[in-house]
This record gives sequence, structure tokens and C-alpha cells, in this order.
Amino acid sequence: MKVLVPLKRVADPDNANKIKIAASNVAVDSTGLEWKTNPFDEYALEAALRLTENGKAPKQRLGEVIVVTLGPKECEQTLRSALATGADRAIRVDATDDALDGRLVALALKSLVLAEKPDVVLLGKQAVDGDSNQVGQRLAELLDWPMATFAATIREEAGALLVSREVDGGVGTLRVRLPAVVTVDLRIVSPTSVYSAHTDAAHRYAEGVRFAPLPAIMAAKKKPLDTKTLAELAPGAALSTKTLKFEKPPARSAGVRVKDVTELVDKLMNVSKVL
Amino acid sequence: MPHALVVAEITEDGKVKKATLAAITFAQKALPAVGGAFSILVLGGAARSAAAELTSFGAQKVLVCEDPTLAHYTAEHYAPTVAEVGKSFALLVATATSQGKDLMPRVAARLDAGFAGDCSDVLVEGTALRYKRPMYAGNVFGTVELTTPVQVATARQSEFDAAAPSGGSSPVEAVAKVAPGAAAARVDYVSLEAVKSERPELTEARVVVSGGRAIKEQFFQVLEPLAQALGAAIGASRAAVDAGYAPGDYQVGQTGKIVAPELYVAIGISGAIQHIAGMKSSKVIVAINKDADAPIFQIADYGLVADLFQAVPALTAELKKRKG
Repeated sequence: MKVLVPLKRVADPDNANKIKIAASNVAVDSTGLEWKTNPFDEYALEAALRLTENGKAPKQRLGEVIVVTLGPKECEQTLRSALATGADRAIRVDATDDALDGRLVALALKSLVLAEKPDVVLLGKQAVDGDSNQVGQRLAELLDWPMATFAATIREEAGALLVSREVDGGVGTLRVRLPAVVTVDLRIVSPTSVYSAHTDAAHRYAEGVRFAPLPAIMAAKKKPLDTKTLAELAPGAALSTKTLKFEKPPARSAGVRVKDVTELVDKLMNVSKVL
Repeated sequence: MPHALVVAEITEDGKVKKATLAAITFAQKALPAVGGAFSILVLGGAARSAAAELTSFGAQKVLVCEDPTLAHYTAEHYAPTVAEVGKSFALLVATATSQGKDLMPRVAARLDAGFAGDCSDVLVEGTALRYKRPMYAGNVFGTVELTTPVQVATARQSEFDAAAPSGGSSPVEAVAKVAPGAAAARVDYVSLEAVKSERPELTEARVVVSGGRAIKEQFFQVLEPLAQALGAAIGASRAAVDAGYAPGDYQVGQTGKIVAPELYVAIGISGAIQHIAGMKSSKVIVAINKDADAPIFQIADYGLVADLFQAVPALTAELKKRKG
């Protein structure tokens, strides 16, 4: 199986409350925050690796995983760490961050997909900076491919994927025949979430994503990394989204400590009057 | 001037989901920029009975597409019809439920339209719409302009009041299903396993009681009596869901359910940024945690530093006593 995994770098999501607004109000300032791979995209990469191996012998790759990102040269760091984790090759689409929106990213990915012909495009359900949640769905439509968004589990079947999704009110299951787009949710990295056709149903993965051992980090420097440009993949396309203003939400201040449940109930009944 | 189109969400047996009412409010707020009128589109296997519920909200028309192939929702079957009907509108809006989030970007791509997801507000500036939306786990709000002639948005349910019927009787008009493309032939709906609960819907409850990993296997044993005493829905932190103590759709947070109840009671939840993003619009927040330094206390109106296994039963008993 050949899997294409788009990745985005984001400002450290565990310190998202330290994001500042630039004085102009038209940009965010993430100075001091480390760049990290969007967690959902890291999960998508883990799922892609699980789909292209026998879980018992993960060193032997049984398919190809191509990672791609759109952004400036510094984004190659994101690709290199994905290569170290196990991806086979990488593509960077050269673009400045403010020249991109979800529509353009989907258009550029469509061109790449038509060239690379993967069986599956596997990506995070959303990037945790813009929180837009649109690229996977848009890409599926542009390709006229079926999609399964918010995947919690994936089972490879002959020519298809059986995907369970966490939806409002329960768990929905879809079967998508390949090629298809799958966007992943948090639970996709659980020990029993993803099984390729080669992995025994009794196999249990370690919880979470795998880490790159040091030799792999060195070896990743030699793996192929191609560069393309946004102009060649999405010629003539312009932004359709402009952010006119950024602002911080009103701060919520800490209230009072209560000494016991009696005082708590008093406050809720008599001060806040919510009971 | 082209109008707004609300894409309704209904149950498989043809009842309007309450979430739809947030999208109607969104469209009503946008009216001055969309020629002063909106219509509602209802799709499904039993769409006609749902349409009858939607005729008293002031819509110019209620458009109905009833077809057996739409009985189970899939974006591949729904998007072509939504896009075909929607292409003559200026704005298409649905609520940001799991269905709305799945469907609307696909529709936007079909129309080559800009998309603003999970909006907390919509503003009218002259004849233009501005979409206010949370980013960075709710730590930044962006005001966004879309430059395409057709625009697609989803509304964050907790930030828009449920529209109330305003009387009148919108005409109901049938629309034909558009034959879907190749994608639809390659997706099968397999099943939908509903999680059964006696408790109110998480996104609609007046009170939410949420638990963290600290409650362990006794998750429901500890929370259920308190939720019952408060008439509350039950939520969970990501850690509690990951550990298997609560089902996935109980998760409150940036990427789970966004809730804004009158009262939110966080029990044994430390308060990760991603969790706070899903509940900080709640009117009153109570935190019970034995770690006095837990970040949740920084946003709680009332904090109780205590062992939850003692405090929660005591709180339940106190509530029952006061209510007689």
C-alpha cells in the first residue's frame, strides 16, 4: 500500500495559551514557542506506518509512506523527523505560510496525488493552530474519492478500509474502497486501532506514536526530499480566506476557593444562582 | 441578491436535530448581507416529515430532498445535492456537529468556495460577512473574510442560541437528488452504534459534570449520582477517554465536544489547554481536584481542593438534602 501523509508544523500546542497577537492585530506572534508537528498529523503518520507493515516486524516496510508539507525551507525539519520515524521519502511544497489557506492546500495536494497515485491519503482531522478541519474533506471532493473523517480505527480489507469514526452520539462505521482519503482523530494511536492486512489481529501496538531511534535520525538525512512550488501545483490560485483581525478572548479569572461542599452549594445557590 | 441557505440536520426517522436551530440563528444574524432572506434545505430518507417542523422559522422556502439513498448520511451522497441547490446562494451554513464538519468542507470544495468552520459569531459589515472563529484551542479569535462569491460556514452550537419559531408558514418545495459522482459508489455505510444514555445531550445540557482520569474505573459509579442530582449531562477529559473509562463522544475539548452550560463541574480534571478550550465559555465553572496547583483552578469560579472520592458523594448528598 502506498500512503501519502500531509503534515503541518504548528506552534507548540501545549503552550497555545502563550500565543500573542502582533501589534498590528493582523498576525499571531508565536515567538518563544517551539515548532511541533501537528499532533493529528503525527497520528496520521503512525497510522500510515501501521498500515504499511506487519506489526510484529515493523522494521520491514511493506509499502511506501510519502510525507509532504507546504511551507518555507524550515519546514524540512518536520519532514526529516517524519523520515526518521519511518516515512520513506518526503516532498516540500515551497510556500510562505501566509500564502496558504485550506482551499489552496487542498488544490496543491490534489496535483501531488494525481502525480504520486497513492492508495490512501491519511492526514490529521485538523491542524491545531487554525482549527479549520477542512483540508481532508476538500481534497476528497476534488479527487472525487470517498472519505472517512475523524477515524478512530482502521482495518485493511481487500482493496478497502473499514473505518470506525467517533461521531455525535456514538460510533459510525464506513467502508471506503481505495483510493480514499482518511482523516484521523485522537484514538487512532491506541494499541488496537490500526491493522494492516499483514498484522495479526492479536497484535497489540504500544500506545501512542513511535519515536525515532538515533541511528534512524542520522539515516533520515539521506532519505529523498524533493521540492516543488505552490505555483506549479496550484497555478493561478489565490487565497480565498483573509484574516482581518486576531484578538485574544476575554480572560477568565480564577474565582474563590471554597472549604467544603456545603460552602460550594451555598455559593451555587445564593451567589451564582445556578441551582 | 443571493440569500442564505441553512443545511438542516435530521435523525434517520425524520426529526429535526436541535443543532439545526443554531445554524438558523447564524443565518438570521447574516440576513442584512444576504438580501434579507434565507431558506432551509433538508435531506434524508424521511426528510418530508422533518421539513414540516421547519416551516415556522421565517424561511423563504423549505427545500426538501427525500430519497432512499440519503437514509444514512454520507458526505459523498449528500454533497452533490447540497452544492447544486447551494450554488445560487451567497452563504451556506450548517451547525458544526460531526455531520456538519464532515459535509460542509466537501460542499465548499465542490463550489470552489471559501470555508469558515466552527464560527463563534458572524458579523455584517455593509453587504459583507465577517466570520469570527476560535483558533489555537480558543486562545485566539480570528475575524475572517472569505473572498469567493459563494461562502460556506459552520456554526459552533454553544455560541448561537437555538432559533425560536416565529410563526408563519414557509412553503415546502421538493428538490431532486443530484446523481453523485464516483466517490459515492465507493463508500458503504456499515453501521452506527449509538451510545445509550439516560442523561441529557452533552452539547445541550444546562449542567455538565465532567470527570478526569483520576476517577478511574469508578467513572460512572462516581459521576452518575451527582449528574442525576443536578439533571446534568456527563462529560470526560481526553485522558479519561483514552484510558477507556468513558466513551469517545463524551470527550469535552478543542477537538471533542464544545460545551457552554450554565454550570460546568470539573472533577479530577487537571485542566489541559485542550480541555479548557472545550468548556471555558461555561457560565459558572466548579473544579474539584486534590492537586491545589491544577491549572483548572485558574479558570474556575469555585475551586474545592479535596479528594474527589469523598467530595463527590458528599456534594451529591448535600444537593439531595437541600432539594428535600
